[in-house]
Amino acid sequence: MFNAFQKLKDSLSRTKDNILGKISEVVLRRRIDDDLLEEIEEILIEADVGVPATMRLIESVKKRARERKLSEGSEVVGLLKEEIAAILTQSQAVGSADSSGPVIWLIVGVNGVGKTTTIGKLATLFAAEGKNTMIAACDTFRAAAIEQIAIWAERSNVEMVRSQSGSDPAAVAFDAAKAAKARGVDILLVDTAGRLHTKANLMEELKKIRRVVNKAAPDALVCSKLIIDGSTGQNALSQVKVFTEAVGCDGIIVTKLDGTAKGGVMIAVSEELGVPVEFIGLGEGIDDLQRFDPEKFAEALFA
Amino acid sequence: MFESLSDKLEIVLKKLRGAGKLTEKNIKDSMREIRRSLLEADVNYKVARDFIKAVEQKAIGAEVLKSIDPGQLIVKIVHDELVALLGGKNEPIAPVDKSPTVYMVCGLQGSGKTTLTAKIALSFKRKNKKALMVAADIYRPAAVKQLQVLADQIAVEHFSLEGKKPPEICHEAVKYAEKNFIDLVLLDTAGRLHVDDELMTELEEIKALVDPHELLLVTDAMTGQDAVKVAEEFHGRLGITGVVLSKLDGDARGGAALSIRAVTGCPIKLASTGEKVSDLEPFHPERMASRILGMGDIVSLVEKAEETIDMEQAEQMQEKLLKAQFNFEDFLEQMKQLKKMGPLDSLLGMIPGVGKAMKNVQVDESAMERMVAIIKSMTIEERRNPTIIDGSRKKRIALGSGNSVQAVNQLLKQFNAMQKMFHSMSKKKFRGLPKGMMPGTFGNF
Ligand SMILES: Nc1nc2c(ncn2[C@@H]2O[C@H](COP(=O)(O)OP(=O)(O)OP(=O)(O)O)[C@@H](O)[C@H]2O)c(=O)[nH]1
Ligand SMILES: Nc1nc2c(ncn2[C@@H]2O[C@H](COP(=O)(O)OP(=O)(O)OP(=O)(O)O)[C@@H](O)[C@H]2O)c(=O)[nH]1
Ligand SMILES: [Mg+2]
Ligand SMILES: [Mg+2]
Repeated sequence: MFNAFQKLKDSLSRTKDNILGKISEVVLRRRIDDDLLEEIEEILIEADVGVPATMRLIESVKKRARERKLSEGSEVVGLLKEEIAAILTQSQAVGSADSSGPVIWLIVGVNGVGKTTTIGKLATLFAAEGKNTMIAACDTFRAAAIEQIAIWAERSNVEMVRSQSGSDPAAVAFDAAKAAKARGVDILLVDTAGRLHTKANLMEELKKIRRVVNKAAPDALVCSKLIIDGSTGQNALSQVKVFTEAVGCDGIIVTKLDGTAKGGVMIAVSEELGVPVEFIGLGEGIDDLQRFDPEKFAEALFA
Repeated sequence: MFESLSDKLEIVLKKLRGAGKLTEKNIKDSMREIRRSLLEADVNYKVARDFIKAVEQKAIGAEVLKSIDPGQLIVKIVHDELVALLGGKNEPIAPVDKSPTVYMVCGLQGSGKTTLTAKIALSFKRKNKKALMVAADIYRPAAVKQLQVLADQIAVEHFSLEGKKPPEICHEAVKYAEKNFIDLVLLDTAGRLHVDDELMTELEEIKALVDPHELLLVTDAMTGQDAVKVAEEFHGRLGITGVVLSKLDGDARGGAALSIRAVTGCPIKLASTGEKVSDLEPFHPERMASRILGMGDIVSLVEKAEETIDMEQAEQMQEKLLKAQFNFEDFLEQMKQLKKMGPLDSLLGMIPGVGKAMKNVQVDESAMERMVAIIKSMTIEERRNPTIIDGSRKKRIALGSGNSVQAVNQLLKQFNAMQKMFHSMSKKKFRGLPKGMMPGTFGNF
């Protein structure tokens, strides 16, 4: 547990030098005034928080500083931390629904964000928790996508259902859901092809996959998890919105947070769209995945 | 998703109508809107700030032309400045004239490098150049296989070496190319973080060994503020010679383009616009500027229409419209064509000015579905000759399509109105329109 936190902190500390950590420096020996707030505003913008969410954060910090009669610049950090954690917490799901059949996660998102890699990590994590895990290779479109997920299935030592490249992804999903049910699988992870949310026909294909899975395993709990690249800017809002409309995303996984980008747009996503972040990806290795914890995340941002 | 910049400026500058010159106060107000618009497009905030400063100078004292309103004038100044900053005109990729010419492709994970090497290989194959795709990514699972599949798809030779490190693979590939009369060597390197010192050193080694004629950085158009750091680091360590913006087929405004260009000074040479190996275009600063400003991208819209709509059919349809022979069968066909182009909202968003004209008109796709259902419940005869649809037929159609008779009536009424409108239009009016684009047809519903 401690190690996990340390790793998160280490990864995020790069940010600290670059983005939100700057706030801690900026506020030193300063009074809370318009100049300071403007500098903080710029730092938040640079973290991809976006204009509207930044404005709201600044407003609420201002208001609370007034209420609590704070004047020291350094006290702003605590306020911001609280505020950000609160926004990220409010969208967190409370408990999880039970199902008699398997749990089925459709892993969806735009191209190249890390869907396949994340499945490799998730499979490893669930298998280690003693869950009977299975993978469905439903990206039958991209070159060598099946070979790629096959390697991850092997690495995580998890069974995989596959078909030929170019075959109907919904058919593979159907077979996999049937197989998962028949073999008493606890969780089935479905890898789907990357698709831009603006492509109507591809979004239809995704809806069809979801429908078919529901049909194949009516007692299953089917979830859609949206993968977002941590370096994505304001377009993430559009992605979350459209994917959620299409296949009802109930959770988000933010990847590539081992870089210098920090996925600040997730603050705006949580606030405006209320879809919770559940996991974060911190590298290309099989263990580079962590459950998302808003408090720790906000804490580590300023540590 | 975003309000058009011109609309916002119009509000800010409303009071200004009639005034001859832009004043500092007007300009300050409009610059705030422009800054916000740039930030919404993910332009880095420092880049946006510098840009605004430069534009502000240009705008102060500019005469408001009689024919143009102040908002439009400012947008024009901003637009022109953006185009200039983005390079003015397209800068072509290095010519393939050595034996061999070497392009090295690098960038963050998942940005679209491997796909790009195939796209470039294909584009030169079409010019009768012999290309070689080199798999220098030994890390990502099945990366080599991916490159091989793509190469086979376009019938281009590929190169890989098992058990060797990327610098050696690249070096050997170039030697192989020299011996085998290859015109263009494409080095597909593994995705890496700009802060990964070890892997960045690997790229430096490759560069030193093969001395590429073009060193391309591939950047995802959806990238946020971080694009600046990524580009700075790659450029600082490698001296990139060109940038490729990928995934431009989505709805990201692509402010990263401006950021990268501003911090590296490197030209953006290519636009990657899809998953297919043929989805590669020269980069057009003009179109990118409009896109960043959220002003719509009429050129792309027309191209998209040309791409997806069957031109012959469209022209036939135009004829029919003009002669008022347009019937429900044609209507169905047109709906099908429209649907192929993608969701209507995103299409309409590409048309400048539409944002304003349709402010309160929700594009209701389900209403369109409903119309299609009604038409589909008509007999062929009814579709071809709607005048025969009487009361009992209406009832049957309503029942068959799961709608009310009122809905059927409404559709018939709209259809009549449309036919009348076309009837009264002269052929001349269509001339200025892009081929195959019919005015008013979806605006009416
Ligand atoms: N640094 C870093 N790289 C990652 C992370 N997750 C995935 N990647 C890399 O990102 C690239 C794309 O990952 P994939 O898993 O293939 O992405 P995908 O979403 O399945 O891609 P498509 O199926 O092509 O749409 C690969 O090079 C991965 O190694 C992460 O958390 N950190
Ligand atoms: N929509 C769209 N998808 C693209 C485009 N270019 C690449 N892709 C997709 O993006 C994903 C990643 O592309 P790759 O070519 O594998 O990216 P890469 O940079 O080689 O990835 P790594 O080697 O893992 O770093 C794949 O699903 C591609 O099909 C594009 O212009 N538009
Ligand atoms: Mg994948
Ligand atoms: Mg690659």
